[in-house]
Amino acid sequence: MIYQSSIWPLMAVLVSLCGAIPILASSRKPNLRESWTLLIAAAKVIIVASLLPTVLNGGGFVFTIAEVIPNVPIQLRVDAMGMFFALVASILWFFTSVYSIGYMRALDEHDQTRYFASFAVAISATIGVAFSANLLTLYLFYEVLSLSTYPLVTHHQDAEAKTSGRKYLTYILGTSIGFALPAMLLTYQLAGTLDFTQGGILAGSGASPATLGLILVLFLFGFAKAGLMPFHGWLPAAMVAPTPVSSFLHGVAVVKVGVFSILRVIFHIFGPDLLLDVHLGAVITTLASITILVASLIALTQDNLKRRLAYSTIGQLSYMILGAGMLSAAGMTGGLLHIAMHAFGKITLFFCAGAIFVASGKKYISQMDGLGKRMPITYLAFFFGSLSIIGMPPFGGFISKWSLATGAVESGQLILLLVLLVSSMLNALYFFPIVYRGFFLPAAEGELEGVKEAPLFCLIPLSITAFCSLGLFFWPTIFLQLAKMAVSP
Amino acid sequence: MTTSNLHMYVMAAPLICALFVNLLGRRSRRYIAPLTLGALLFSSVTACSVLTNALQNGRLSYTVGNWTPPYGIELIIDPLSALMLLLISVVALLATCAALPSVQREQAGKEHLFFTLYLILIAGLMGLVMTGDAFNLYVLLEITSITTYGLIAMGKGRAVLSSFNYIIMGSIGACFYLLGVGYIYILTGTLNMADIATRLPLVQGDAAVATAFAFLIVGLFIKMAFFPLHGWLPHAYGDAPMGASVMIAPLMTKVTVYLMIRVMFSIFSPQYEFLLHPGIQNLVIWAASIGIVCASLQALAQRDIKRMLTYIIIAEVGYMVGGIWLANDQGMTGAILHIVNDALMTLCLFLAAATIFYRIGSLHFDDLKGLYQRMPLTMAAFTVGAFSMIGVPPTAGFFSKWYLILGGIEAGHWEYVAALIFSSLINAVLFFRLIEIAYFGDVDHAHGHAPTLQPAAPAPWYMQGSLLVTAAALIIVGLGSGQLVQGVIKLALPTGF
Repeated sequence: MIYQSSIWPLMAVLVSLCGAIPILASSRKPNLRESWTLLIAAAKVIIVASLLPTVLNGGGFVFTIAEVIPNVPIQLRVDAMGMFFALVASILWFFTSVYSIGYMRALDEHDQTRYFASFAVAISATIGVAFSANLLTLYLFYEVLSLSTYPLVTHHQDAEAKTSGRKYLTYILGTSIGFALPAMLLTYQLAGTLDFTQGGILAGSGASPATLGLILVLFLFGFAKAGLMPFHGWLPAAMVAPTPVSSFLHGVAVVKVGVFSILRVIFHIFGPDLLLDVHLGAVITTLASITILVASLIALTQDNLKRRLAYSTIGQLSYMILGAGMLSAAGMTGGLLHIAMHAFGKITLFFCAGAIFVASGKKYISQMDGLGKRMPITYLAFFFGSLSIIGMPPFGGFISKWSLATGAVESGQLILLLVLLVSSMLNALYFFPIVYRGFFLPAAEGELEGVKEAPLFCLIPLSITAFCSLGLFFWPTIFLQLAKMAVSP
Repeated sequence: MTTSNLHMYVMAAPLICALFVNLLGRRSRRYIAPLTLGALLFSSVTACSVLTNALQNGRLSYTVGNWTPPYGIELIIDPLSALMLLLISVVALLATCAALPSVQREQAGKEHLFFTLYLILIAGLMGLVMTGDAFNLYVLLEITSITTYGLIAMGKGRAVLSSFNYIIMGSIGACFYLLGVGYIYILTGTLNMADIATRLPLVQGDAAVATAFAFLIVGLFIKMAFFPLHGWLPHAYGDAPMGASVMIAPLMTKVTVYLMIRVMFSIFSPQYEFLLHPGIQNLVIWAASIGIVCASLQALAQRDIKRMLTYIIIAEVGYMVGGIWLANDQGMTGAILHIVNDALMTLCLFLAAATIFYRIGSLHFDDLKGLYQRMPLTMAAFTVGAFSMIGVPPTAGFFSKWYLILGGIEAGHWEYVAALIFSSLINAVLFFRLIEIAYFGDVDHAHGHAPTLQPAAPAPWYMQGSLLVTAAALIIVGLGSGQLVQGVIKLALPTGF
């Protein structure tokens, strides 16, 4: 594949990083500040989308920022896989920006400037991860993302936020320094490079299967943003953050950066062939299967809506890792596709949870009886989102799950098919009661007086993402094509 | 002024200005700032051209007083010493921006005395990195030590006691070094390093050479506070006046590590250390690893920024000594890069500490609440320094750690690798604990509203300016570490690597 040198990948990263400056500068003028946020978000989508046609035609872009270590520059590169993730992230950031304005203003939150500025830095880091050309660059942006989301997680600055922030950093930073960094160094020592290469860089290194297994496990747990058990505990804790943070960062950007990193390692550091040779796929699928089932079961027991969504996310993230671990073309495509499909579905669900909180102040599912009649649009969107995540046609989630199921059959691991089926059933079990309570159970006397739909700034984004989930079933072409190109160019 | 003696002027500037600071500063303290800053600015600019010169022309030597070596004293510039010279000048210049206001507040009336010692110390450090004479090295080592004793003793509270403690340990270290030089002189009849290096392989009497080596190295270990000989450092640096520790802490230990490189590779040879005595090599790396772990844990027990930083310095000494003794290309590169990076990040953190101390008069953790709102720029720079200590890319600290760990892996010294990663994790805890306190303010207060704070006199612009420059330098040096390693450090590696 030919990569043309271009400054645009850097621009895609920098636009929001530099955008943080006017946001900070206009802290006293909220309308101006939010205009900046929207402007930057729109610019980001446009820049990323402008790179899309070339990538779809089999091309790509590259930009070297600095030569830091022999054979390992800090370098950005746009390929199909990175494009796929960047597209999802930048589109959803735009919707989240709109939603944030509605949410933060409706609740009259403090320190909104810091909030919007940190958000801008976080999305820069996310795009940086997507466009990283090698593991070092990815690690760099991965850490920037961890650090820039700390002020967002601890936004409320109370005792609970402090505890959660501590937990967040301990898990994320602890694993990335303790596991991912040594794994990266070992990889460099063995391969002499960290460049993402089709077919992997470790293939010819002559390392023993035990060493490879160690490196793989260090990577899987090192990128704890992917929430692989037992390093998942930060995600439910991070739910103390304002809901737009939970929806975008802990439904899309942060968690999927974790999954994306793991997928990069599987696809382009190890390479599926090497993993098949040394039979390490089973390690990945076993860890992922356990996480899927356990997280889904825990989700059933959660009464706090956001926590239930968090456990659901943990389970869904492992679908993607499971798909990659199948090491078959369909499985890997499905894993990658699920990043997009789950993103649109889960962000809708989080948006709805936030809208419910804004409109009624309710956090617990047991208090939400009859709320659907007061907020029909929100609840309908919630229903759409949950159907997509369960994997029902005609929603986007069906396409990725179908691909995953095909992958399981293709690789001859029927037990994984069973995992997928059981987990989909569990998904239905933890989502449907919420909708059922909303529409069909009577509200407690006088509980919901005067509750109506959330402000339009909240309502419009969540409706759009809900319809996107629906639309992705009928028009998945772009994402499907990118995913296929990423798996088999 | 010709290119061959340019480096002499780098050292002469602070030395001569020290005299004038004393004479003129006695009359009025107006003279002190321009003299000190002027001298160091001159040194920095000149050191810059010395470095470019050394990179183009290789080794340069200047014979003081025109006495020919091996009898006369030689001042040698090669890429490594030129790099150190530039580092010392720039760090001293930046540190002085913070030292001036701190000293004015803490040592009112004694500023001329303070800065006289301060400038002599800097000149001594510059001499140390250039000298090509083993005995001259001892003299300069004592010059830096004695000025340091004086500067530390100017602090408040227990400073005099800490300084005395340091004098005892420092003198033992100096004696050891001197004894080592004595043995060498008996064996070879010369004091010039290059001369010793050529004669030493011919010398009969293995035990005598080993004794000389042991005395030299252990003497330097004491001076650099290498575990387990580090006991003096936390008190000495912790009790020193802020204006002194902001310059001593980043430079002193780093220069001594450099001296160890000189002794190991300019007087002795890699073959001597690593092939003849592999047991010693293992011992040193184990001591470095244990030292890193212990110092990190002790840092965890501190409740004062300055105290905490002093223990981190000890851990960092372990990084560098371990890296050098790994005896491979990566470890050596990492150690030299870490000398530069660690000087800069220690400077950044000490400058931040000085600025905070200037503003709120305390460095105790309990007094730092809500500091992010009060001093956003200072805390931003502090955060960059902290990230560099933790090793978050693209700050400088990440890259030297990268080479060091890689060297550890290559050499198969897993205890050293584990110690480095452990210390990174502890550093993360150390600094995020601080960041958390400074970020959250009083959580007992109502939801999301920081306590109201009384306004205080802000730090002067040049104090904050030098801090921000240092923080920016950490990122720039990080991104430029590829060029730094390829362009300077690879040239500076001792022969044999």
